[in-house]
Amino acid sequence: MHPASTPSASPLVPPGAPVRLAVREIRKTFPGVIANDRVTLDVRRGEVHALLGENGAGKTTLMNILYGIYQPDAGEIVIDGREVRVRSPRDAIAHGVGMVPQHFLLVRRHTVAENVALGLSGTRFLLPVRGVEMQINAFADRYGLRVDPHAAIWQLSISEQQRVEILKALLRGAEILILDEPTSVLTPQEAMQLFGVLRRMKEEGKSVIFITHKLDEVLAAADRVTVMRKGRVIDTVPVGMASKPQLARMMVGHDVDFQLPARHPGTGAPALVVEDLWVQGDRGLPVVRGVSFVLHRQEILGIAGVAGNGQRELVEALTGLRRVERGRVTVLDRDVSRWSPRTMSKMGVAHIPEERIRMGIVPPMSVTENAILRRYEEPPFSRGPLMDYVSATRFAQQLIVEYSIQTPSPRTPARLLSGGNIQKLILARELSHRPDLIIAAHPTYGLDVSTTDRIHRLLLQRRDDGAAVLLVSEDLDEIRALADRIGVMYGGELVAVVPAGTDRETVGLLMAGQRV
Amino acid sequence: MGVVDWILGVLVRGMALGTPLLWGALGEIYAERAGVVNLGVEGMMILGAFFAFAAAQLTGHPGLGLLAAALIGGMAALLHAFVSVTLRANQFVSGLALSMLGLGLAGLLGRGWEGFPLSNPLPERSILPPLGALLAVAIWALLYHTRWGIILRTVGESPAAADAMGIDVALVRYLAVVFGGMLAGVAGGFLSVAYRPSWTEGMTGGIGWIVVALAIFASWDPLRAIGAALLFGTLFHLSFRLQAWIPPEPLQMMPFAFTILVLAIAARWGARAWRAPEALGLPYLRGER
Ligand SMILES: Nc1ncnc2c1ncn2[C@@H]1O[C@H](COP(=O)(O)OP(=O)(O)O)[C@@H](O)[C@H]1O
Ligand SMILES: [Mg+2]
Repeated sequence: MHPASTPSASPLVPPGAPVRLAVREIRKTFPGVIANDRVTLDVRRGEVHALLGENGAGKTTLMNILYGIYQPDAGEIVIDGREVRVRSPRDAIAHGVGMVPQHFLLVRRHTVAENVALGLSGTRFLLPVRGVEMQINAFADRYGLRVDPHAAIWQLSISEQQRVEILKALLRGAEILILDEPTSVLTPQEAMQLFGVLRRMKEEGKSVIFITHKLDEVLAAADRVTVMRKGRVIDTVPVGMASKPQLARMMVGHDVDFQLPARHPGTGAPALVVEDLWVQGDRGLPVVRGVSFVLHRQEILGIAGVAGNGQRELVEALTGLRRVERGRVTVLDRDVSRWSPRTMSKMGVAHIPEERIRMGIVPPMSVTENAILRRYEEPPFSRGPLMDYVSATRFAQQLIVEYSIQTPSPRTPARLLSGGNIQKLILARELSHRPDLIIAAHPTYGLDVSTTDRIHRLLLQRRDDGAAVLLVSEDLDEIRALADRIGVMYGGELVAVVPAGTDRETVGLLMAGQRV
Repeated sequence: MGVVDWILGVLVRGMALGTPLLWGALGEIYAERAGVVNLGVEGMMILGAFFAFAAAQLTGHPGLGLLAAALIGGMAALLHAFVSVTLRANQFVSGLALSMLGLGLAGLLGRGWEGFPLSNPLPERSILPPLGALLAVAIWALLYHTRWGIILRTVGESPAAADAMGIDVALVRYLAVVFGGMLAGVAGGFLSVAYRPSWTEGMTGGIGWIVVALAIFASWDPLRAIGAALLFGTLFHLSFRLQAWIPPEPLQMMPFAFTILVLAIAARWGARAWRAPEALGLPYLRGER
């Protein structure tokens, strides 16, 4: 079931419900950004309050202030009618605030029980885990958050890890629970389950702050929604009175109508052939297990899946960054299974890496230097041992205009650009030489709507020009919008390749490891 | 002399030298489990050796000597904790500086005592070797079966997770580093009041460095540290015993060469078993990204 088709699943909180938490005029700046600008909102008892905003809107910053991780520059926090100072997470916990951060704070090598027992007051000194296990099981039943207390965190799936984070907060008596983008790591079905858990918490009178940048989820799970944009609160409205286009406009700041060009019919010759590929993960275990597929020119093959199902290792193997244990990778009729990233790139394979700052650019080097990173040792950028910075700068300037990269100058260190502009710089570099094969991992992760749209158009255009595109993404909507075929990875296997029009539900089930 | 006697003799002496190795290694493991590397072991040990000697000589009680060693070790470690936890400086540089500081300071203070034998030493096979083994078991139980153990290990694996649960990361790290330093001090004290009851400048002779390697070799497990310390103690002692047949220089290199070998093996093949605490060596600042 598509969340959009469900009306607000929970009854509205009576407007008279008492305010449990209020923030007034909160301001927080980081060097060069006003992350929170006079933010004011209130959360009632027994309410699921959505905080909607694009990436960089300041949602996480506000929650980190509520949880005592950041100190605000100005403003106040009022809990149950009293102004409080939250100097540390310890203070936040004492005031009944719990948080499930976007990037979980769990000790991977410890068990679930150890993670929960940590700092839980009232656990005994000796053998603390025993009593905690029973508590975990009791809470797990009450909220439908089943998880094995003895399991080590690294053995759990991402959604199970999320349950542990929620349990941690609940067991510590959280009355106000903050969930930062909880659905970004879940399949659509798992997200629906999570909404069920939120409903149960609500029934017990708890308050939930639910952060997201997806409109459908707001409509499916929240009672009221506060929209943030560029550090400011735009408005708070009851969900029953909000429409999707209206929320989108508030979130983005202008009308949203990003209709992508129509699908191009027909495909070309095979560009990438993968046969029975096996790849090891960082722990030395096989994490890509016998993957086979063919990708043609003029085709976008989307790889969907929940994070950690072998997608990263697959991409690294295909770009020469990780050793191929078994199987064969053929690019444009040449066996490249043992090739280095350098030769792959020389052959015309473009790589848009998952970690754009760590792997996509050299942060302290200038935009110009980053722009020629692929071809710095060729003319016209260098002659013999000498660099020709004049032509390099000319080239960079050309890319800056063509890809509308916002930078003070080509000499600016790349690290000073915003995430979206760093990504545009990477795309410019990788796509400018007309690659035959493009391997893009999460190309729009964390970017705003207009940059995302621009990148989507670039990929579609290259496809129409004859390139083959492998698009790995956790964003099912992105894959459904761009891909000609959708492959789903689960547990290191490519469990299915389905046509583009396949409904969300089916793909979601495949992502959860169910055969359909 | 029969072969059996010879071997037994070597083992007994190996255990004697294994004792300071064990105490030192337990201290280092304890601190590293909280995420702080302390390369100042050599310095804390030599300070412990000198203060133990001086206190034992002046009071006439070797036990008071060991107490003084624990105190000075803890104080030296406090300095390291301040620099690496509060000031968040590079832990490795701070530890190295502490080693040099300790060696220099002990040398300076010990000028007048150089070569002095201790009048009332502790017997080498005193309570310290069994106490060391007992301590290892106690620290193991503390780490794995108590609330404090979970807290300490979490601080070493993920200080951010500990902080988010309301735990004072800096406090835990201070306590761990200081306790570790106290054990290192006792390890040094054992050298000057029991193993070689006297004071000589530089009498730790590099044992502190082996202690650091032992923490890794034992894969941060206090129980494994017992065997590891015994092994290295024996090796160390062998390098004295074999001097009758082999020139001393290569022999003295033996424990260190073996250390390098062991670490190389651990790095190459033991990657999974030898997993260091994840936040080892990393200063923590809330909200930093
Ligand atoms: N610790 C930090 N240091 C510097 N800048 C930060 C920090 N945290 C957030 N920011 C900046 O503040 C802005 C808001 O970020 P954030 O609150 O994470 O947004 P959201 O969660 O809505 O995506 C962004 O421009 C981000 O780069
Ligand atoms: Mg965020």
